[in-house]
Amino acid sequence: MSLRLPSHWAPYVLVSPFLILFAVFGLFPLLFSLWLAFQSWEPTSGIEAMKFVGLDNFVFALTDGWFWKALRNTLWLATASGVPQHLVALPLAVFLHQAFGRWRGLFSGAYFLPYITSTVAIAMLFGSLFSTDYGLVNQALHALFGTENINWMRSPQAIKPAVAIVVFWRYVGFNLVLYLAALQTIPHDLYQAAKLDGANAWQQFWRITLPGLKPMILFGVTLSIIGGMQLFEEPFILTNGKGGADQAAMTVAMYLYREAFDFSDFGGASALAWIMFGLIALLTWLTNQAFAERRAVA
Amino acid sequence: MPDTLSLPRRHLLAAAIGSVAGSAAGLSRAAAEPQPLTVAAFPLVDVVAKDVLKDWGQRHPEIRAQVVSRQYDDHHTAMTTALSTSGHLPDVIALESSYLGRFSLGTGLEDLSAPAFGAERFKDSFVPFAFETARNREGRVVAMPTDIGPGSLFYRTDLLAQAGLKEADLTRSWEDYVEAGMQLKAKTGAYLIGDVRLLKDIIVRAGTPPGEGQFFDNQQRAQITSPRFVRAFELAQKVRRHGLDARVEVWFNDWAEMLKRGRLATELSGGWMAGQLANWVAPATAGKWRVAQLPENTFCSYGGTYYAIPRRSAPERKQLAWQLIQELTLDRKRQLEAFKSQDAFPALLAAQDDAFFDQPVPFLGGQHARVLWRESARRIPVVKMHKQHKFADEVVNAELDNVLEYGKPIPQALADAQALLVHRANR
Repeated sequence: MSLRLPSHWAPYVLVSPFLILFAVFGLFPLLFSLWLAFQSWEPTSGIEAMKFVGLDNFVFALTDGWFWKALRNTLWLATASGVPQHLVALPLAVFLHQAFGRWRGLFSGAYFLPYITSTVAIAMLFGSLFSTDYGLVNQALHALFGTENINWMRSPQAIKPAVAIVVFWRYVGFNLVLYLAALQTIPHDLYQAAKLDGANAWQQFWRITLPGLKPMILFGVTLSIIGGMQLFEEPFILTNGKGGADQAAMTVAMYLYREAFDFSDFGGASALAWIMFGLIALLTWLTNQAFAERRAVA
Repeated sequence: MPDTLSLPRRHLLAAAIGSVAGSAAGLSRAAAEPQPLTVAAFPLVDVVAKDVLKDWGQRHPEIRAQVVSRQYDDHHTAMTTALSTSGHLPDVIALESSYLGRFSLGTGLEDLSAPAFGAERFKDSFVPFAFETARNREGRVVAMPTDIGPGSLFYRTDLLAQAGLKEADLTRSWEDYVEAGMQLKAKTGAYLIGDVRLLKDIIVRAGTPPGEGQFFDNQQRAQITSPRFVRAFELAQKVRRHGLDARVEVWFNDWAEMLKRGRLATELSGGWMAGQLANWVAPATAGKWRVAQLPENTFCSYGGTYYAIPRRSAPERKQLAWQLIQELTLDRKRQLEAFKSQDAFPALLAAQDDAFFDQPVPFLGGQHARVLWRESARRIPVVKMHKQHKFADEVVNAELDNVLEYGKPIPQALADAQALLVHRANR
C-alpha cells in the first residue's frame, strides 16, 4: 500500500498544522464570540438556550454604568503605567548605551527580569509589600515621611496607583530593551559629525538620538496602548479577581471576563470584547497618524 | 520497528496523520467502556465525598466512582463551562449556596422533584430553609442540601469584660451592637469588626421579608432604596466614622493577624468559623471566644453545600447518581462524621439530635455552642436567590465604598445602585 501524496498537495499539507491550530484556537473563538455578541445566553442551560437578540447586547454595554467606569479605570491605569514606562526607559536606555558599553547587557537583563517573572508570583509579592499594617511599602513611607499607614488594597484612591506601580515595574525593562536595540542602529558617524560641528550632548540627543528612535517609539507606544487597554493579569490577581474597593482597579478586560464568568452573561461580555476591539483599533490608528504627521513636518 | 524507520519522509507525515485518526478511534473505544461515576467537588466537600465513596465502593464493587476536585472558584467556573457545552459533565455536582441561585435559574440542572427521583418526599428531613433554597422559580427542586452555616456572633469575652460589657449589650439590637463597639474601642482599643460590609449584609438580610430576595422582590424589582438598605448604610457609616472597623477582609493575612493579636472583638460568621479559628487562624486564642445568636435574633446561613445532577449528564447513570446523592445527604452517620471532622453542620434534621450537639466546645470555653447553632438553623427564613444576586451584591458594596470613602450621600448612593440593577434586572 502506498501512502504517497500527490505533489501539488504537499504545500497544503505542510502548512496545515499551523492552519488547523489557528482555526481551532484562533479563528473559531473569534467567530464564536462575534456570534455570541448577538445572542442572549444563559450558559448553564446549554448551547440550545441561545436566543438571537440583534444589537441588544451592544446597546446594553454602551448604556451600562460599569462599562464606562471600567473604561475610565483602564484609561487611567494605561496612562499612569504607560507614560512613565517610556519617560524612564528611553533616557535610561541612552544612559546604559553610553555609560556601560559591553556591560549594558547585564544591566538591561536585570531590568528585563520582571517581564519574564510569573504574574502570580509578582502579585503575591506586591500583595504582601502593600499590606496595610505589616507591609514594607507603608513601613518605608512611614520611616521616610512619617505618613499614616495607607490601606492600599481597600481604598479606591490608593489601589489604582498601587496597580500602576506594579505594571510600570513590570514593563519598563521591556521598553528599555526595545530602545537599547534601536540605539545600536543609529550610525556612529552622525554623532562624530555633530561633534565636529560643535554640537553639545543635549543637542546630539535632541537632533540625532530622538529622531533616530522615532520608529521604535511608535512601536513601543503602540504596544503600550494595546497592552494598557487589555490590562488584565496584574489588577485581576492583586484584587482577587474583583477589582478592589469601588471596583477602582477593574479594567474593561476584567469586567468582560467577570460579565461572562461571574455574572453569567456571555452575550454581553462578547459585545464588550468587540467594542474594546474597535476602540483599540481606533487608538492604534490615531497613534500612527500622530507620528506620521510629525515625520512629514520633519 | 525497522519498517517504520525505513519509511520515506513523506510517508512518515502520512503515518503521523494516520496516527491522529487512530488515536481518535482509540478515544471512541474508550468511550465504549463504562465511565466511572464522577462527583465534581471543591476542597473540604471533596474530603467528605471521598469518604462516602470509599464506603460505597465496598458495597458496590461493580461500580467505579471518583471525585474530581478543583479550587472553589475554578470548580464553579468549570461547572458553568461544562453545563454550557454539555461536555465532560460529571454525574454529581457539588454547589456552594451562593452559586445555587445562578445555577438553579437556568435549565442545566435535573428536576429532582420529578417522579423518577421524588425529592419532595425528603422535604421534612431537612432544615426547612435549606431544602426550600434549592427550589427554583418554577417550584422544582434542583439540588439536595448537605451542610449549612448557621450564623452567629463570635465575641471575645475577655475584651468585653475589660470594656465592662455583657453579651446582651451586643445582641439587643444592631444599634446597641454599634454602641457597644464604641465602648470597646475606647476601653480596649480593639476594633468591633474586621469588615464593615459584613455588618451591612446582615442588617439587610435581617430586614428582608420572608420569601423575598435580598436585593429583588418577588416581582423582580430591585429593592435597594428600601428602608433596610438605608438602615444598613447608616449604621455602617457610623461604624466607619468612629473607626470601629479594622478595614480588613476575611481570610486575608491582616485579618488573621488581627485575630491572633486580639484586635478584633467580634466576628459575624457561620458556626464553622469556630473550627477555622481553632485549627489555623488563631488557635492561641482558645477559651477567649464565645458565640451568641446574632443581634435582634437575626437568623441566616453563612454558606452551605448542595448536590445536583446535570440535566445533560449520561442518562444511564442518573439513577446511580441519585442514589449516591441520597447517601451523601440523608445518611445520619455520615452527616455526623462530616460535622465532627470538617465542621460541616448537617442540614439533615435526624443528624441534629445526636449527643455530640450537647457536648461543650473546648475552643469556645466549653460553651454548648452546637445547641445554639441548631436553634438558629431551624429558624433561618427562606431567602429567594435572584439571577443577578452576585452582581447586585457587588454594586451595593461599591456604593458602600463610595459612602464610606468619599462621603457620597446615602440616598444618592442607593439610587445609583438601584439604577444599575434596574438596567440589568431582566438580562
